[in-house]
Amino acid sequence: MTRVRLIKDRISGKLFLAFTLLSILLVVFVGIGLYGKSVPILRQSSLSHLLFSREWKPFKNRFGFLPYIAGSVLVTGLAILIALPLSLMTAVFISEYVPNRIKRLLVPFIDLLSGIPPVIYGVWGVLTIVPFIQDRIAPHFVEFSSGYSALAGGLVLAVMIFPLIISILLEVFGTVPQELRDASLSLGANQWETVYRVVLRKSAPGILAATVLAVSRALGETIAVLMVCGNQTAFPHSVLDPVYPLPALIANNYGDMMSIPLYDSALMLAALILFVIILLFNGLSRVVLYRLERRNNE
Amino acid sequence: MSRKFKAALFKILMILSTLIISGSLILILWTIASRGVHALTWELVSRLPEGGFYIGKGGGLLNAILGSLYITVGSTLLGLLIAVPVVLYLNVYSREGSRLATVVRFTFDVLFGIPSIVYGAFGFTIMVWLGLRASLLAGIVTVTLVIIPILARAMDEVMRRTPGELSDQTYSLGATRWETSLVFLRQCAPGIMTAILLASGRAIGDAASVLFTAGYTDNLPGSLTQPAATLPLAIFFQLSSPIAEVQDRAYGAALILTAIVLLFSLSAHYFSKRLSKNKI
Repeated sequence: MTRVRLIKDRISGKLFLAFTLLSILLVVFVGIGLYGKSVPILRQSSLSHLLFSREWKPFKNRFGFLPYIAGSVLVTGLAILIALPLSLMTAVFISEYVPNRIKRLLVPFIDLLSGIPPVIYGVWGVLTIVPFIQDRIAPHFVEFSSGYSALAGGLVLAVMIFPLIISILLEVFGTVPQELRDASLSLGANQWETVYRVVLRKSAPGILAATVLAVSRALGETIAVLMVCGNQTAFPHSVLDPVYPLPALIANNYGDMMSIPLYDSALMLAALILFVIILLFNGLSRVVLYRLERRNNE
Repeated sequence: MSRKFKAALFKILMILSTLIISGSLILILWTIASRGVHALTWELVSRLPEGGFYIGKGGGLLNAILGSLYITVGSTLLGLLIAVPVVLYLNVYSREGSRLATVVRFTFDVLFGIPSIVYGAFGFTIMVWLGLRASLLAGIVTVTLVIIPILARAMDEVMRRTPGELSDQTYSLGATRWETSLVFLRQCAPGIMTAILLASGRAIGDAASVLFTAGYTDNLPGSLTQPAATLPLAIFFQLSSPIAEVQDRAYGAALILTAIVLLFSLSAHYFSKRLSKNKI
């Protein structure tokens, strides 16, 4: 009887270890898989040409990703510009000002945003943000805009990344020792001065990490952005221009990519570029957050 | 600027930010509900698309609703099959502070951030490599990849918080690690429920991962090797139609999907609250 139990214990241990190793190797598999599919296009043209050329003519075998990269950068930049100050203010308010009773309601409420599927954000963007830009904002600056623009993508993305930034910032602010706040207050600083000089300063690396995580989330967001940003292959010159970010390019063209040579390889390279950038950003910001957490536990 | 004025100014800015962020959630829910409620009919949820469906004639979205359900249930079960052993290994089998456990947790945090379009593209390459076509099975496998990090992180967070005395007690009674695992699972049941609900919410709402892999069909998926329709894609495709009746169905479907994920989110919150009551 004991023998059976011990054997069960040993087998489960080996099996669980195998599952664990296999699941973390997924990162490697994804990288290899995408790289394998990108090899044909990388043989045909150099990576720097692919990244910095503006010419996108799949039928002529010319694949310049620059308009798409510019689109991704513009939409993501706008989203961060809008979301970061608002999320930072909200997180400080929830963490430092609001009584616990209200905090327990407010945090799960805002967290509901993170559960809403991207396609719903897209529908909302089409119904609310796009007409708003077309009727209220664009007429002040340009003769005509359909509203489907980088700005629309940025606004929708900003709302999507609110809960991510806020939840990480709340954790980061939680790692600032209460004694520091007490010391600052007892020296006569008011609450805002304590927040500004103590809490925010102590949290600076965490705020940076949260921002980088939000950037990588925004870079990879597909359906919601695709639905509102216009999807035209051109280098954008203003935030009211339609843009075509990388994930939208991948999602929109999978149907025809088999019929044109190298097209599928180009799209898989786009996925690989996203994967590598996001992996890097995620890795770096998680290292910073781990350090903060450890500092807190010591 | 006086100190008091500055403090007051920033407090007002903070309250405004909080209102804007909470308001955006209310605005989204209001927009979806007010546009969707007119389009919501019994026909929409109970019937398959009929002839001329995409030019505004009769039928419903039962194909997408059931397809999404199959994919969600399938991927959540498959995900649990992988994620449960992993978190048990991290929390019961490996030593405290082991380097492997740190690496694994870090990797899951990173995998969690990989966008579903990348998983979709990866799933697609695997599919092509194996010579498969877009199918229910390919959709389930790809969505499983998306939700494994969610399941593993959520369950791990709960198990890490179980007090060390729990395993001390089981071991002192002569239990093996396997038997201790079962005790851990029982103790963390509400946390596992939370993880399942979070993962299902993501699975049912994700569009970018199933776009390449599950395909789309007007029929019910008859087997694992046939394509399957999904709710997010049904919304996405019908919204791009120029015909008002078809667009209306997208709004109706959006309301259904939003209601489902809200239900998941709220029950996840309920279970995680129960967990804190269940402390030893």
